[in-house]
Amino acid sequence: MSLTSIDWLIMGVYFVFVLGIGVALKRYMKTSTDFFLAGRSIPAWICGLAFLSANLGAQEVIGMAASGAKYGIATSHFYWIGAVPAMVFVGIFMMPFYYGSKARSVPEYLRMRFDEKTRGLNAISFAVMTIFSSGISMYAMAKLIQVLHVFDGAFRKMELPPGMIFHVSIVLSALIVLGYIFLGGLTSAIYNEVLQFFLIVAGFLPLVYLGLKSVGGWRGLKASLPPAYSHSWQGMAHANTNPLGVEVFGLTMGLGFVLSFGYWCTNYLVVQRAMAADSMSAARRTPLIAAVPKILFPILVILPGLIAIALPTQAPTSLRAANGTVIVQQATGRGIIPAKIDETSGKVKLDSTGKPVLDYDLAIPNMLLHYFPTGLLGLGLTALLASFMSGMAGNVTAFNTVWTYDIYQSYINKHASDEHYLWMGRMATVFGVALSIAAAYAATRFNNIMDFLQLVFAFVNAPLFATFLLGMFWKRATGHGAFGGLLSGTAAAVIHHGLTLPVGAVPGIKGGWLATVHMYPSEMAQNFWTAIWAWSVCFVITILISLVTKPHKEEEMVGLVYSLTPKPSEEHLPWYRRPAYLGIAVLALALSLNIIFR
Amino acid sequence: MGMDIRFPIGLMFSVVGVLLTVFGAFSRREIYRVSLGINMNLAWGLVLLAFGVVMLLFVHVGKKSERLRETKAAGEAARRRK
Repeated sequence: MSLTSIDWLIMGVYFVFVLGIGVALKRYMKTSTDFFLAGRSIPAWICGLAFLSANLGAQEVIGMAASGAKYGIATSHFYWIGAVPAMVFVGIFMMPFYYGSKARSVPEYLRMRFDEKTRGLNAISFAVMTIFSSGISMYAMAKLIQVLHVFDGAFRKMELPPGMIFHVSIVLSALIVLGYIFLGGLTSAIYNEVLQFFLIVAGFLPLVYLGLKSVGGWRGLKASLPPAYSHSWQGMAHANTNPLGVEVFGLTMGLGFVLSFGYWCTNYLVVQRAMAADSMSAARRTPLIAAVPKILFPILVILPGLIAIALPTQAPTSLRAANGTVIVQQATGRGIIPAKIDETSGKVKLDSTGKPVLDYDLAIPNMLLHYFPTGLLGLGLTALLASFMSGMAGNVTAFNTVWTYDIYQSYINKHASDEHYLWMGRMATVFGVALSIAAAYAATRFNNIMDFLQLVFAFVNAPLFATFLLGMFWKRATGHGAFGGLLSGTAAAVIHHGLTLPVGAVPGIKGGWLATVHMYPSEMAQNFWTAIWAWSVCFVITILISLVTKPHKEEEMVGLVYSLTPKPSEEHLPWYRRPAYLGIAVLALALSLNIIFR
Repeated sequence: MGMDIRFPIGLMFSVVGVLLTVFGAFSRREIYRVSLGINMNLAWGLVLLAFGVVMLLFVHVGKKSERLRETKAAGEAARRRK
């Protein structure tokens, strides 16, 4: 890819604004609440867009387009089943406890509701997770910049060795994220996330327009793809008859319930955005407002993937950019998606049936190169970089808060002044970013370390929602019960993974390292069922231990448990601001899209 | 908090919109072969510019209504004092 000055100019304008927001907000950062919770003063629509953007990390834009190219419209299950119901639930039913309890973080809620050890377990595992997630974002971004040769021309001009591109990309992205969070804390991150949201829409909407136009609209696209690509529910009754390799129960329970509720309802990365809202009703509306663009996002991220695979397959020579330079050495791919090349041998990677393995992650980048003239290309690329950086920044702000409030203030330095904690938050931002860089390099050294860690996080996260559900809606649940439930849920996930294997995989990191007692038709099915097992075990064990341990005093749980908390009154609000109505509207919209694209 | 977020958003999109529009107006036609012959820089630049200007207008309206609310509150306070 070779960029011209207009592309650089657009990218430059964006970065000036990103850092400018941080600089402009610096003078408002007077207390630790300003820095970590944006002074609880942000209007609902801003929190809502930030809630959505914080989740728009590396997995989202690149990954969902890749999945769209691989599985088709069925990818929308990750939105309409795997996100929207949970977002409605957290807004309507859980936010009253998160916001109303005045907890400053999700782990802090766990301490108020259960006990110190449950908080500690959650805080420490969450802090480690955010560092690695932000490192993965950083690594993926640097890798993409390298693969697309974004900086190659500039490096040649400055006579720098091209081997430096990866390092420069890492350091630059780290410095920018560090800069604006260090200065403006969560407010800065939220404002930038909103900016990034609009930028991503502005960068990808013309891509969808041009792509659809060239394949003859939705009809033309449908006609040029196998029917399974344009139907999200076809063949879902059985795992072997649909592209995902998951059956309807595994999909709705595993993805739609356990994984999705576990993420959207308990992950501080997103919940922090709602906690920054200026009122209880704004906090409750935050996830509901976020759900509207979330429902429509498949248009922006899945459709380009579908178009990429539907386009006529390129001759196996090369793909040419606007100005005629060769960008990606095409091998036998499909559409404009190339086959994966083995880095050591330089040959096309083949799967077990001898077919080339496609590099679906290049769906979006290749679409940008295929359709965008210079100028718009700069905008599209900036949008892509923005999506990586918002993922990174979301993790860093969640990390600095959990570190400062739940680890530093709780276990290291209990009685310091507020200024000290504000200072600590800034320091945590610095070493959080530094640790992310270390994680990004760890990913380059040990190819499997990231797969392994993501597996560990999946084990730790899967049971979480059972703990929160019981904590918020069953006053008899106790701290020992929660802690025991979490540990046994994680253990259940580990054991389930050790005993099962997806078809076609060898025992090891993919599972089956204890013994293989069950084969799943796909890795996705195995993931969903691991989550279902972990959740169920945690749910049952928490109840059992709670029943034999001493209950908490009721007066200590006011504001933390459903039956002991007065319902928030929202009669004074106009109907379109009432969470319940908004929630119903959002669910109806998601349902109707499911029916249209069944 | 202090700053109206619509201001930086409006300003940034206006700047990017102007850049794309001007570039689109003076660019060679050949570069639009990839975008199906449509001058997307010009077209999308104008859309972004319009979006940016609307955002900036919102900032203006927001300030005005805030001032109005303040003067109203001050007036009411004065009346109560009488």
